[in-house]
Amino acid sequence: MIEGKKRGAWGIAEPILRNLGLTLFAMFALFPLVWMVLCSFKSDAQMYNTVFAFTPTLENYKAVLVGTDYFKAFFQNLVVAGGAVLVTIIAGVPCAYALARYNFKKKEDVAFQILSFKFAPEILVILPVFLIFQKIGLYDTYFGLIWVYQLITMPLVIWVVRGYFEDISVEVEQAAQLDGYAWYEIFFKTLIPLIKPCLVSSALLAFIFAWNSFTFPLILSGFKIQTITITALRYIASDTVHYGQVAVASTIAVLPEVVVALFIQNMYGSRRQQSSAASRMKCL
Amino acid sequence: MFGNKKKNAEVDYNEIPAHIRRRPYYIIAPGLIILIGIMIPFITAIVLSFTSYSFRMPKFKFVGLKNWIKMFTSDDFWHALVVTLKYGLGATAVEMLLGTGVALLLKKDTRYSRILKVLFTFPLMVAPAIAVLIWQLMTSNTVGVLEKVLNIFGVYNFPWAASHQTALFTALVIDAWVNTPFVLLLVLAGIQSLPKSPFEAAAVDGASGWFTFKTLTFPMLKPFMYIALLFRLMAALQEFGIIYALSKGGPGDTLMNISLTAYITGFTYQKLATALPYLLVLWFIVNKSAKFLVKRQRQLAKQAAGQ
Repeated sequence: MIEGKKRGAWGIAEPILRNLGLTLFAMFALFPLVWMVLCSFKSDAQMYNTVFAFTPTLENYKAVLVGTDYFKAFFQNLVVAGGAVLVTIIAGVPCAYALARYNFKKKEDVAFQILSFKFAPEILVILPVFLIFQKIGLYDTYFGLIWVYQLITMPLVIWVVRGYFEDISVEVEQAAQLDGYAWYEIFFKTLIPLIKPCLVSSALLAFIFAWNSFTFPLILSGFKIQTITITALRYIASDTVHYGQVAVASTIAVLPEVVVALFIQNMYGSRRQQSSAASRMKCL
Repeated sequence: MFGNKKKNAEVDYNEIPAHIRRRPYYIIAPGLIILIGIMIPFITAIVLSFTSYSFRMPKFKFVGLKNWIKMFTSDDFWHALVVTLKYGLGATAVEMLLGTGVALLLKKDTRYSRILKVLFTFPLMVAPAIAVLIWQLMTSNTVGVLEKVLNIFGVYNFPWAASHQTALFTALVIDAWVNTPFVLLLVLAGIQSLPKSPFEAAAVDGASGWFTFKTLTFPMLKPFMYIALLFRLMAALQEFGIIYALSKGGPGDTLMNISLTAYITGFTYQKLATALPYLLVLWFIVNKSAKFLVKRQRQLAKQAAGQ
């Protein structure tokens, strides 16, 4: 009805301009990824003299994956990022619950403090950590990396999950309390199942941030543990750059993230979760 | 009987028992310990910035303000500060404008916009270091597709990250590619949570599109934009990954922002104590602007909610 009132020329031009703008941005956002995948199938010779038309080859994939430690870095990155998220869930979700439900002194200060860990310059934290880790033998270990990764994953999960807990009405808990459940039983038996979908999606988001971390592994890991972000850079640093291998290395590094992104999108499908995420952001 | 009653009255039944009052502290303790444990180095950093500590020599002594004075009188520091601000403000401005603009274009729910919403999250998921690799494939003068596009317009061998003039531009393009979707998704979430009735009222009154945007949409979106601004500015001021992967601060010192200068002084030259004051200044800037933005955002959110 409202659309019908619009003046004729603008009414026709508006959708065209809108879709044009969207298409331009889509090209900026997506073409580099398409180009990366294309390049990963080009042989070294084709790299220089073809653009879109070429005969695909798997030799780059063979060069990166067979007989190198790229796969090892992939696996180790998986362990570090996964471990970090696991620790965050175990220690952080109760934390989020306490911040959502209980009233205690300095609650808002604690909450802001947790968020502010996200704003501490990574290098500032990491230089002294490097010093200490070398002294106490945590340098280049899973334990040390997973601990440091908490700075990335924990504030994120606490803040997001706190919002979800606040959205659940207190009556649910009170009903369970009347039935004689202790507070931890209520927590595990009624609340966790309720927030499970949200919990999974925020854990996946935290996983991506941990997976992408660059500064921490650059400084705190050496020969024993290698993450994919650091290992992938090797392919561009060498004197004769094999662009095909660079493309393969990036494609493999991006792959889990695209899978996770699609997964989150599916979970965020429901309207309720979208609105609760929005309300959380509003009252930060 | 009487005495008994009086004794009862002394117990305040409204007071919550101590074990319940302390419960929240027990619950948040594990999380806090993990986070604070990792922040101990932060205090170490402040202490060490007054010493002559270096990774090379095991012994060190207190040197007072020497490191600080040296930093404030060196040209490197002021150059790094300028680069930090240029990069931080530049990247944030581009991403805010582009992200908000595209979010407004996505407002209308068509099939095209629904598909794009999913696709636009992809660059956001890419690690900054990997994003640099992807853009090397785009911008390389030998294999890159952008060189071929520029050739059509008569531009040959555009230098990208290799020249003083274009290095910052290249870094900003990569930063915008990774992070614009973040702003976009936050603002879009805001747009979708806007109430319908004020817009219907404005349409009934015959308000123009621009007027509706200026007086309704924009003020109500402001709190969301502030969150995006907060997160983007904080991250962009301390950007390390993109610049390090792109050119390690080069060419020359073109892209040496505070993070990079500190990393190179601390690790490559192994002078940790010299590097720490740089980082503490950066932390000060970031923390102060974060506090300011959070305060503003709370006010705006209250305003937008009509309180």
